[in-house]
Amino acid sequence: MVAKFDQTDSSVVVIIGTGAGGGVLANELAQKGVKVVALEAGGRYLPEDYVNDEWESFGQLAWLDPRTTSGDWRVARDFSGLPAWIVKAVGGTTTHWAGASLRFQDHEWKALTTYGRVDGASLLDWPIDGAEMAPWYDRAESKLGVTRTGDRPGLPGNNNYKVLEKGALALGYKEVHTGRMAINALEYDNRMACQQTGFCFQGCKWGAKWSAAYTEIPAGEATGNLEVRERCHAARIEHDDSGKVTAVVYFDAEGKEQRQAARIVCVAGNSIESPRLLLNSASPMFPDGLANSSGQVGRNYMRHVTGSVYAVFDKPVRMWRGTTMAGIIQDEARNDPARGFVGGYELETLSLGLPFMAAFLDPGGWGREFTTALDSYQNMAGMWIVGEDMPQETNRVSLNSEVKDQFGLPAPNVNFSDHPNDIAMRNHAYKQGMAIYNAVGATRTLPTPPYPSTHNLGTNRMSENPREGVVNRWGQTHDIPNLFISDGSQFTTGAAENPTLTIVALAIRQADHIAREMSANTL
Amino acid sequence: MTLQNARSGLTRRQLLARSVAAGAALVVGPGFIAGNDAAWALETTALKPETMATLVQMARDIYPHDHVPTEFYVVAVKGYDTPEAAPGIEAGIAALDAAAQGKGFSSYVGAGWERDRVDLLRAMEDSAFFQKIRGGLVTGLYNQKAVWPLFGYEGESFSQGGYIERGFDDINWL
Repeated sequence: MVAKFDQTDSSVVVIIGTGAGGGVLANELAQKGVKVVALEAGGRYLPEDYVNDEWESFGQLAWLDPRTTSGDWRVARDFSGLPAWIVKAVGGTTTHWAGASLRFQDHEWKALTTYGRVDGASLLDWPIDGAEMAPWYDRAESKLGVTRTGDRPGLPGNNNYKVLEKGALALGYKEVHTGRMAINALEYDNRMACQQTGFCFQGCKWGAKWSAAYTEIPAGEATGNLEVRERCHAARIEHDDSGKVTAVVYFDAEGKEQRQAARIVCVAGNSIESPRLLLNSASPMFPDGLANSSGQVGRNYMRHVTGSVYAVFDKPVRMWRGTTMAGIIQDEARNDPARGFVGGYELETLSLGLPFMAAFLDPGGWGREFTTALDSYQNMAGMWIVGEDMPQETNRVSLNSEVKDQFGLPAPNVNFSDHPNDIAMRNHAYKQGMAIYNAVGATRTLPTPPYPSTHNLGTNRMSENPREGVVNRWGQTHDIPNLFISDGSQFTTGAAENPTLTIVALAIRQADHIAREMSANTL
Repeated sequence: MTLQNARSGLTRRQLLARSVAAGAALVVGPGFIAGNDAAWALETTALKPETMATLVQMARDIYPHDHVPTEFYVVAVKGYDTPEAAPGIEAGIAALDAAAQGKGFSSYVGAGWERDRVDLLRAMEDSAFFQKIRGGLVTGLYNQKAVWPLFGYEGESFSQGGYIERGFDDINWL
């Protein structure tokens, strides 16, 4: 009994986006009896629709609307129209994510206090901490069925993991395991166990990996309180003379402009689309965009210090077999400024199929240096670096008035340049990654540049002081009480961990807060 | 524009008798090129056959894989044999041949060593023409399902139940 709400029904909560933030929030609110209309720009794809083919899947799922890039990051040169590799579909990027589900370390909630001032960085402490988040993390891990949490066992290690593990142990690393993953090692929550198929990035055809598309969304719809309107692209948020938001204007599947009234609006369109929507909603009352009295909307865009290390061996590895992110080394995730940088990084196995390896190993590369590496494709092992990058005010999402999307709306520009701390961290990680593989007899190592961003964070950041950020400790905008941010754009700092678990935990907590405030009639 | 099996048309001997060597390919006659071993052949419709033959050699020089037969490179570039694409390709290949002649070679494919041809390509690698060809090959060559087994890549696995019972952890040399 899927709900259908009237567009003039101003009692509903409108959520924009149905990924890790919006999808979870939608279900959590619906379970509490709150009426929700979720606007999703993409279509609905389920396990039977996913394809084990990198480019075909990319065409099916990726967000490919016009975007531009600037700054000194290599993505701006090699993939100038594709700053981010994220998904446009019901369930958002939870269809694509690898499943790594790590809690922040306690000190990472207090980056400014822990690291001190860093030149050129706009570090800030979160207004919340690990103790406050612990129960929400518990609920998030249980919802996602995270391995090695609760009483859930770990996944078995594949070939790529075994190479990583042996090299890591040879270097003396201790925290080496098959990860805390939202991929079932055993059947859980009516979803089957991982069949080691690979293609985690293309949508799990077994449903063994948690995705909002086939968990949160149908569960929310089953309550009769959630209506998901797919292929509906939010264009702007409207407000009344008192400055409260009242409705969301969107383009439907036919490209027709529609308007949904709202009691509360929650924006969860990812760290590029969420600030873009606030900026595109500028009005005479809010000429710089909604919730932007601080001037912080779109700023402090973070993408994690990333990069990969691939290595060639003299015998086959066949890294593509099995879980894509099959294991992790956590020893470098600590904060130890003696390494020459603040913050830390995780090393996680990664594999790409041959088509994507050709596209991402050395974008723009050609000739025998490039092709001899691919000749050894089946003898390759691979890992991904994910570390804390420094927030910088000038790394930002802004509107590109010269480029319009298919609806005539200004496209987002993503400006990004590495901070010196980011570069130092990446170089350290490259060195360690290559040493790990050399310890297992690699004949060649390939420190591979960052891909288009999958972890997009920080463009509506959470702050105690309204002048330093966009939202408060609940994700509620400082300026507009009935406007919330519910995705990774509220991250104050990025920490070293893959962000999804934290986005989910924040969404569960935010749902609790919103429902409580609604019943108290304070929202 | 279909890739033909030469054996169904001309005989191997007929092909070889009628052809002029052009790098990785033979120009067999008007609108027609074939592999040196006559294992494949391609009719061109918009491009001159010599141009297509040079383009195939250029593709191999950009992404040289000695164990990958030329027919895969042909498949990767044959999409340029259209009235829309042909003028740009003809101009680009003409520039490449002119650069080769400037270095004393008869043509691009007339440079016998890959090293010499790669030098010519390096000198033009920032050009729109080179980047178009290179960029197109990234998917045109490596996204051919038929080429994957030559690299050991197994492609989709869902239909076979994944690798849980087919060697996801079968590494035996560590």
